[in-house]
Amino acid sequence: MTVQFHSMAQFLAMGKYAAYVWPSYGLTLLAVVLNIAWARRLLAQAKTEARRRLAAQEQAA
Amino acid sequence: MTWTWFHRLGSPPYVYRLAGRLMPWFAWSAALVILLGLFDGLVIAPADYQQGDGFRIIYVHVPAAWLSLMIYTWMGVAAGVGLIWRIKVAHAVAAACAPVGASFTAVALATGSLFGKPMWGTYWVWDPRLTSELLLLFLYLGYMGLRSSFDDLQRADRASAVLAVVGIVNVPIVKYSVVWWNSLHQGSSLSLAGKDTIATPMLIPLLVSMLGFTLFFAAVVLVRLQGEVLRRERSATWVREALA
Repeated sequence: MTVQFHSMAQFLAMGKYAAYVWPSYGLTLLAVVLNIAWARRLLAQAKTEARRRLAAQEQAA
Repeated sequence: MTWTWFHRLGSPPYVYRLAGRLMPWFAWSAALVILLGLFDGLVIAPADYQQGDGFRIIYVHVPAAWLSLMIYTWMGVAAGVGLIWRIKVAHAVAAACAPVGASFTAVALATGSLFGKPMWGTYWVWDPRLTSELLLLFLYLGYMGLRSSFDDLQRADRASAVLAVVGIVNVPIVKYSVVWWNSLHQGSSLSLAGKDTIATPMLIPLLVSMLGFTLFFAAVVLVRLQGEVLRRERSATWVREALA
């Protein structure tokens, strides 16, 4: 269990693979954030829709 | 053994409440496990003797690819169950899976492309593994497109379920493409038979990261499932209680 890098700069350079490693992690993070946002939006919309339906049913009754 | 737990999984109010209760556990454990796995993979794991630090892409690439296949399998099986036994909740599960699976298939393709450039010298080749994974993305997108072409949810569920079930044949094709054909893509590093072709300090963060992303999928799909169940519900009593 040892840290593989001696400095932050060395870590960020990823042994000359920075241009490939960091965009990969960035895209994955983006997918994580979008999935959270989309899921929450879907549930919020379904709740709004269900409330509207309930209100309409109450009015009809 | 009684089957009541299984039958309850077909009940919308039960599933709605269960999903709501389970979600935070999956979400927080996912956050913790992903952070652990990626820290271990980015900082602690030794550099690869051939691929240097570039190999660290696998800690996001492999979990994304794993999710792309696992989620499709869930989606196809749930769609099949919905089709055969006409279970609304099963269709809701399938519908909840699709956008999550599609997004991680896109991530697997994109990170694979970013991995391919330094290692193979190209972002893309029409290789069996890459081509079948691209087909997987089109299956997800086709499933979602087909669904959105119906106004009626029930008809959307049934029509799209057929596509989801048929598309399952592509899952083993993706998985075994590196074995069946001469592929530029490397073979599997992981094996259930226990003969992993990857060193332990590199393997552990990979397994941790895969577990973390699997937990993340569960958390997201549970939120979506609540939404999908609600959308299919017409009887007011439990919905009124659930929304109160």
